Amino acid sequence: MDEARTAPGPGEAGEGRIDALGKRTGMWFFLFTELLFFGGLFLLYSIYRYKFPADFHQAAADESLVLGSVNTAILLTSSLAMALAIAAVRRGEVRRSIGLQRTTIALGSVFLVIKGLEWGAKIARGLYPNGPALLSLKNGEIIFFGLYFTMTGLHALHVLIGIAVIAFMIRFTRRGVVGPDRYARLENTGLYWHFVDIVWIYLFPLFYLIT
Amino acid sequence: MPDQPGTRTEPPYWADEGRRRGLAAWMMSTDHKRIGVMYLAALLSFFSVGVLLGFLMRLNLLSPGAVIKAQTYNELFTMHGLIQIFLFIIPGVPVAFGNFFLPILIGARDMAFPRINRLSWWLYVAGALIVLLSLVIEGRPPDTGWTFYAPYSIRTPASISLAVFGVFVMGFSSILTGLNFVTTIHRLRAPGMGWFRMPAFCWTLYATGWVQMLATPILAITLALIILSRVFGIGFFDPARGGDPILFEHLFWTYSHPAVYIMVLPAMGIISEVVPVFSRKSLYGYAAVAISALGIASIGYLVWGHHMFTSGMSDTARVVFSFLTFLVAVPSGVKVFNWVATLYKGSVKLDAPLIFALSFIFLFSIGGLTGLIIGSLAPNLHVHGTYFIVAHFHYVMFGGAGFAILTALHYWFPKMFGRMYSERRAKLGWLFLFVGFQFLYFSMFILGYKGMPRRYFDYPPEFRTLNIVSTIGSWILVTGLVIIFANLIRSLRKGPRAPRDPWGGKTLEWRIPSPPAAENFRTAPVISDTPYDYGPE
Repeated sequence: MDEARTAPGPGEAGEGRIDALGKRTGMWFFLFTELLFFGGLFLLYSIYRYKFPADFHQAAADESLVLGSVNTAILLTSSLAMALAIAAVRRGEVRRSIGLQRTTIALGSVFLVIKGLEWGAKIARGLYPNGPALLSLKNGEIIFFGLYFTMTGLHALHVLIGIAVIAFMIRFTRRGVVGPDRYARLENTGLYWHFVDIVWIYLFPLFYLIT
Repeated sequence: MPDQPGTRTEPPYWADEGRRRGLAAWMMSTDHKRIGVMYLAALLSFFSVGVLLGFLMRLNLLSPGAVIKAQTYNELFTMHGLIQIFLFIIPGVPVAFGNFFLPILIGARDMAFPRINRLSWWLYVAGALIVLLSLVIEGRPPDTGWTFYAPYSIRTPASISLAVFGVFVMGFSSILTGLNFVTTIHRLRAPGMGWFRMPAFCWTLYATGWVQMLATPILAITLALIILSRVFGIGFFDPARGGDPILFEHLFWTYSHPAVYIMVLPAMGIISEVVPVFSRKSLYGYAAVAISALGIASIGYLVWGHHMFTSGMSDTARVVFSFLTFLVAVPSGVKVFNWVATLYKGSVKLDAPLIFALSFIFLFSIGGLTGLIIGSLAPNLHVHGTYFIVAHFHYVMFGGAGFAILTALHYWFPKMFGRMYSERRAKLGWLFLFVGFQFLYFSMFILGYKGMPRRYFDYPPEFRTLNIVSTIGSWILVTGLVIIFANLIRSLRKGPRAPRDPWGGKTLEWRIPSPPAAENFRTAPVISDTPYDYGPE
């Protein structure tokens, strides 16, 4: 069976034991690559912001500060739920952990719904890439909204993936694949979710608070 | 204790053990050796397609326009570049030989994440197929050159989105491979194998893994932006909408220059393995060779601007990039001198692997030194965008990374497939390849210096003679490749059985049977000495 071959090499202790530190190391490396993935966009943002400061200032006035703030609070709370879910599993409180993971998914979904409403309002006004209203704006504003849709869109995609992964984790927790003595997967999922959260913490001021 | 020669009790790694048989047993396998062999087969298949396309390009330049139309020529050099770079040489050494040998060389049973390793392989296959699919559907084949420069890549009717998406998918494969290698080296070294007891090849794979993780995401986002620009009209690189096409070039080369080191670093690792074995001497300056790999990886990340000296950059930036380019030549030079010093007063045995390795040193030195000509600002203005550049990177990529792959093939073939090949045919093939290579590419140095621009399907009459020389060189070179691969393929079945250690190597892979069993080591090895133990000098 090839599935049994995930055990660490002969240099490691005991067969079949999970190398939790190794898995966490791999996850940190992965998050590092994710950071650079978003980094390309942050680089574009800073260059174009430098090039069109006035246009960015004006375009950012279109963003709803209320919705942005609410979403920030929601995502931060979801990260708290995720952290508590890991703590619960470590203490062996499987039911509570599942409840907290469900809370994380629920909050993530609310975030996406609010994000969708914001997008929808813009799209309805023709304010989307290649859209009639957008193309009538100044160059810097076109770039601002291009960055807005690209960066929040990419972020939303990551939230969506996170929700899907947590859904799998709930299954694993229920079946005992994730438990008090083997929670590396859940911990890595948590790391990913916090990363997605942190990206938003940077997106929020860049798009909502710069007016 | 290591297995004794001729006392094989376990079946080879390719014997099916699980419930799956045949192709499924291979595709679903998480065995690093099987994955490595599958990668090798795929790489060499794509390599032959790429060679064929390059061959056709040379054929056109023999008599421009006679057989191939201008547009077809644009598509030919684009696909030649895409295939040779993204499908063959960037994955190249790490995925084939790194996968097969890294765990063995550090005394592990498999990678840190065997299933992620299998996922990398699937992503690579999927990405490669998508790239090839762009040849046949959605308009005409890509014609932008492998660099996808904006704004043309955003406006051309060719099927760019599909090709770019294929490269994007392969990028993920590359990231996961790098991540896996680095974690494996951190976590799975055998007891007693400290960092400075690792074979040099592992050091280069480690440095390469970092470059793959640090650089590839930037390519991924850049390619994603091309797709978004084409599909949704996001104008990041479109001057009409406030965008800046030069930014695309920056982002692209921020990945694609480090990618050069993804190709050549592990290639240097292979040479560092082969030279000591065939000189019967320890690798001279082992620590310097190991550290210089990290040096190349870190400085190499900061030199991308030298691809853009004529694109529009401040003089300060150009001077800094030029200086850093010179700096990155230092660790490369350290390696070359260490290989030569290893050979010095060694008991040199000119077997096929060493002949290929020596050719690497020779060709890579020419490629590297001409790189300094291009890296200095004034000559760069003269030769930028000419055949001088084409000659330079073929000396480094083909003469460097390509010859290293051939070195590795001849060095590790007995271990991977359990058979020996005909030494005589290998050397004959090498002779054709090496001679053809000089005719093919050295004439390009002269053509470029005289001012013949690259990427054109036609040229003024004064360049005719050298173009004929170059094309004849391509015929000799292809003959050499055919001989080399015919020899190896024939030996898969008909070659004599390989002993455990045909070359007298001292690293761990030579202590286990040829071919290795699925579990690599029957008992975990314990390391107590340097990797190249050839006794006192």
